[in-house]
Amino acid sequence: MTTASADAHGHHGDHGHDHPEHLAHHFDTLEQQFDSCKLGMWAFLLTEVLFFSGLFVAYATLRANNPEIFSLAASFLDTKWGAINTVVLLVSSFTAAMSVRNAQLGETSKLKRNLLITLVCAGAFMCIKYVEYSHKYHVGLLPPGMEHSMFNPETPYIPHGDHTGEYLELQAHTADMTPAERVHTMTTLGRFFGVYFFLTGLHGVHVLIGMGVIGWVLMRANRGEFGPDNFTAVDLVALYWHLVDLVWIFLFPLLYLIH
Amino acid sequence: MTTTTPDVHYLNHEKGFKSWFWTLDHKRLGVMYMWSVIAAFILGGIFALLVRMELMEPNGYVLENAALYGFSDKLSAADLYNHFFTLHGAIMVFLVIIPGIPAALGNFALPMMLGAKDVAYPKLNRFSYHLWLTGAIFFVMALVTKGLDTGWTFYAPYSTSHSDSAVIWATMGAFILGFSSIFTGLNMLVTIHKMRPDGMTWFKMPLFIWAIYATAVIQILATPVIGIALLMLTVERTLGVGIFDPALGGDPVLFEHIFWFYSHPAVYVMILPAMGVVSELIANFSRKPIFGYRSIAFSSVAIAIFSFIVWGHHMFVSGQSDIVNVVFSALTFSVAVPSAIKVFNWVATLYKGSISLDTPMWYALSVIWLFGIGGLTGLWLGTLGTDIHLHDTYFVVAHFHFVMVGSAIFSFIGGIFYWWPKMFGVMYSEGISKLGCAIAFIGFNMTFLPQFVAGSHGMPRRYFDYDPQFEVYNYWSSIGAMVLGVGLSIALYALVRSLMGERKPAPANPWGAVTLDWQCTSPPPPHNFDHAPPVDGPYDHELVRWNDELNGYEPVDPVDGDPNLARMGSAKTV
Repeated sequence: MTTASADAHGHHGDHGHDHPEHLAHHFDTLEQQFDSCKLGMWAFLLTEVLFFSGLFVAYATLRANNPEIFSLAASFLDTKWGAINTVVLLVSSFTAAMSVRNAQLGETSKLKRNLLITLVCAGAFMCIKYVEYSHKYHVGLLPPGMEHSMFNPETPYIPHGDHTGEYLELQAHTADMTPAERVHTMTTLGRFFGVYFFLTGLHGVHVLIGMGVIGWVLMRANRGEFGPDNFTAVDLVALYWHLVDLVWIFLFPLLYLIH
Repeated sequence: MTTTTPDVHYLNHEKGFKSWFWTLDHKRLGVMYMWSVIAAFILGGIFALLVRMELMEPNGYVLENAALYGFSDKLSAADLYNHFFTLHGAIMVFLVIIPGIPAALGNFALPMMLGAKDVAYPKLNRFSYHLWLTGAIFFVMALVTKGLDTGWTFYAPYSTSHSDSAVIWATMGAFILGFSSIFTGLNMLVTIHKMRPDGMTWFKMPLFIWAIYATAVIQILATPVIGIALLMLTVERTLGVGIFDPALGGDPVLFEHIFWFYSHPAVYVMILPAMGVVSELIANFSRKPIFGYRSIAFSSVAIAIFSFIVWGHHMFVSGQSDIVNVVFSALTFSVAVPSAIKVFNWVATLYKGSISLDTPMWYALSVIWLFGIGGLTGLWLGTLGTDIHLHDTYFVVAHFHFVMVGSAIFSFIGGIFYWWPKMFGVMYSEGISKLGCAIAFIGFNMTFLPQFVAGSHGMPRRYFDYDPQFEVYNYWSSIGAMVLGVGLSIALYALVRSLMGERKPAPANPWGAVTLDWQCTSPPPPHNFDHAPPVDGPYDHELVRWNDELNGYEPVDPVDGDPNLARMGSAKTV
């Protein structure tokens, strides 16, 4: 029993049925197996959508309470990098979709190429994210509870090297405010960055997981495992990757384009 | 011919720790879930008894003996009480009731009820169980490090900024358990959709499967929301993102919304499968097709849908707007309709049935009584005016214990007694089992009926002490808790005893049920069925008849599709 496999993509059952190669022992037909895997993936994607939904609700609540401060905060995000990342992910989604077609048609070399492009795009996305994150970290555009955050109501702001531009800009912006208004503005800005890091961070974790599974599928493609009668894994990974892309399609305007 | 146990079955075809720990067999996973859940239930039960000991009299036991435990003052002893009720609640909710029926009994019985060899994703199934174990370890870590005193609801800002107990161990444990539950639900959903045998249309499925299906929908759609809520709480506590913590401008009521968006549907993750078990028990022990099959099936789905739009009734006094309160109050009553439909159908099934009072039926009948009380008192709490008075009192505590323990746990135990012969191929002592059920039933009512009175007189929940006017209710409640503990211990003893010493082998079908799970041997072979068995209606009891030699029921062939011959007893046996 332990050698019998649930893995829809690989091994076959261990007990004398007249089973096709890629059919797990507890399924009757390849079609049933494929449909089951596909349905399960869609159900999992629903789970994922609702997983993100809590954060979107938090975003909506906090933004509805202070729309103008959220707008101000968004001006500190780098729209250029955000837009480039959006394009990068859209390209990767396209190549992911193409790789499913390649697998279905048995075009192994094209499959490998498209998977590789998808993987490279995912990596590029993370690199750009790293550039953005590290800048904000050095400047102190961080959640309000963090020690280095310029929005932390309890610790004084300590500039990090030359990265003081944003801080001075905010000083100028809040110069005419009463102390209470200034505190309110600063903590609300902090909350924006709390939500920003949480949402993009959780999305980033999903990108990393995506890179893992794309890499896994690529390895199997290199072994020539996929073809017209066995492309489930590619299909499912591509579905997941489209969701990761879709989440970003919502994150980009909601975070970067609201000022 | 007497009843014999098959030589090779799923329990003995492989041996050793590894063959169990790394198994892909849904039956073994179901059995392991069951024992794990029972272990967690005992742990949670100990905390329940500690709570009741403390509350037995004003200035109760724990406080009086505070010096024994090294507490110099009342306050730190009272804090210990916070840990008791929190750990009781958290363990019982996350480790026991939520996985109880879907993961343990669902795993064991559902694929067999479908005539399938396994669930759709056996590896994911095993992963779910390993996640459960990991989550349980996290809870134990919380227990042995700094404990947990937030209440199982983890309300912000106490949990994010003030409690110095092991909140993160517990929230991450619940997060992991949440994914265990999601993957179980996903597995069941796909299994039900794609692995039904030829001839089993949606309306030929046993009602237990309908219930598990509705549960799976909730698990898939609601559980990720508590996952993110607990993750947000954890990040709030560690990094201070300012979403929930009012000191950073966050909104603590937002946590309550997101929390209850899951945790109200979670109530139906607990009760829906229980209703499924009761539907099976009532039909099979009345030996009568269940009354109103379709309305029971649809009411499961209706409950699953309504469960998503009533969460605000947990927050009537949280400061949400009046209009929101009124809407949520009105919506809450929508859940009462399908719940009542089920109860009426069960009672109608009993009417003119040929009732056999075996142990599982004792539990099923108990559930009708207990769920009746639990369900009807829920209407008081859904009504805005009365809830303002009863909110956060012992009335609420009694209400949800009637539903979660009286209905869900009693159904779970009833289900264990029902499938026990199939699981282990042994019959238990009916006498001892019924004694356990009776004592547990009496103890349960003794524990929680007085709490309704105490609550309606205004005794608040979660307090470590109370006014002397509440003493009589609390005294009897604590006595009842011990009686309940004795009853449940006897039930467990009856089960364990059946495995010891001289075993009484179980026939393939001791209860005369017609669902497919009773068509394989007891215990079942490793792969359940070589070929999917032919499917008839799940409650056509004329398709089986008693055989003295087998000491159980055997299928009869409705010759040429004519069931009348079978009814007259002249059909040839298979």
